[in-house]
Amino acid sequence: MSECAVQRDSCCREPAELKIVAFLCNWCSYAGADKAGGSALPVPPELSVVRVMCSGRVEPTLVLETLRQGADGVMVLACHPGDCHYKEGNFRALCRAELLERLVVQLGVDPVRFCFDYVSAAEGEKFSRITCEFAARLRQLPPIG
Amino acid sequence: MATDKPKLAMYWAAACGGCEISLANMHEAILELDRDFDFVFCPCFLDTKKKDLEAMPDGSIRLTLFNGSLRTEENLEMARLLRKKSQLLVAFGSCAVSGGVPALANQRSRDELLSRVYLEAPGTVNPDRLFPRVLSQVPEGELTLPEFLDRIPSLKDAVPVEYLMPGCPPEPERILAVLRLVASGEALPDPGTVLGCSATRAVCDECTREKRDQAAPALVRSSEALPEPGWCLVEQGVPCLGMATKGGCGALCPAVQMPCSGCYGPLDPDGDAGGAGIAALSGAVAAPVDHGAGEAQLVARSRATVAAVADPLGTFYRYTLSDCLIGERDQEVVK
Repeated sequence: MSECAVQRDSCCREPAELKIVAFLCNWCSYAGADKAGGSALPVPPELSVVRVMCSGRVEPTLVLETLRQGADGVMVLACHPGDCHYKEGNFRALCRAELLERLVVQLGVDPVRFCFDYVSAAEGEKFSRITCEFAARLRQLPPIG
Repeated sequence: MATDKPKLAMYWAAACGGCEISLANMHEAILELDRDFDFVFCPCFLDTKKKDLEAMPDGSIRLTLFNGSLRTEENLEMARLLRKKSQLLVAFGSCAVSGGVPALANQRSRDELLSRVYLEAPGTVNPDRLFPRVLSQVPEGELTLPEFLDRIPSLKDAVPVEYLMPGCPPEPERILAVLRLVASGEALPDPGTVLGCSATRAVCDECTREKRDQAAPALVRSSEALPEPGWCLVEQGVPCLGMATKGGCGALCPAVQMPCSGCYGPLDPDGDAGGAGIAALSGAVAAPVDHGAGEAQLVARSRATVAAVADPLGTFYRYTLSDCLIGERDQEVVK
């Protein structure tokens, strides 16, 4: 039984009810997701992946709009600091995430719903782990709205 | 005296009066207003009452400039009444367009707001815990007050409006241009158009401060900044929202060392002021230089560059919280 299936047994919401949107950068995190798939590691079935060229091009408005349209959680995954294909795109993403995390709390949204993290092309295991953990945390929350 | 001039009305809901002052700031051009319009209703300038308005036929007012936010049931009632009486209803000023400063109160519930103001605020002495009531019985009879709404909506979300004219306040020359257009009888822009500002140019485009193409080492608090005159405020770390904000004001605030606070709203018509502001300022600070630093150090240094934005909501939605993309959901976290 996969890690996700184990977690699902003890959770309060069915996976079908949950919507997670993950923006993955083309160069690192998307390759990391590929690696997780290739290694047959568990990934939450409710994860919808959007491949973007760089985490730094994910507009904060897009994250807010994704939440508005009913996503339970949004992930933005980037290259590790210093490893950005465009040198500093992930620092732009980090500054955006820093402000966005504080903004959503002020707007009354549980900050658990937004996740910014780093996944390299080699980190299939980390991709699997953080997405499963994110889904498990979101299942403990009521539907957004 | 009855005239065949088109009728003009201006109303303040929950407003500071600045919008009316901006109209008066047209100076001698206000004579044009008198020449071209029959100014029929404006509680700030004219001794006209609600009953005068009610007596007018529906749709008889050519143009109504509605300013202020919708804080009470009375504001809402006047918005509905003026909608009925007007051919062209303009959400005038940032409060009517997107909530304005009063809409920052949307962060809190009605009970929290009333309790803060009537019980907890420093200097408030209210041992009998008296709150304003919609209905009060006194020996002389009944006294009524309008109900306090749960949240402030933008005018367009309460009644249909023809145009939006943002600004805190809209600039006098822009007001004059709108009045002249309506008076001229020429074809008007499509309903829903945002008047008095640029659809494609940001405040930055109008700002004359020198851009040296430098990234700020970190953002600073506006109140603690002593920016060098003539040099772009953002490049000096002052959180100026000129990049993310519709132009049309002529960049008046940066011209006097004040960062743009975003009163014309986000440049993108489908945009969100918070998202636009965060994107703009996050792109203005320098990325940390590697030099063999560890990941944790780089992350900490990068986060520190935007730490000076202590209140992201108040900074980015100062005039636009009613239009916030996720502003209307139930509160999940206790602040």
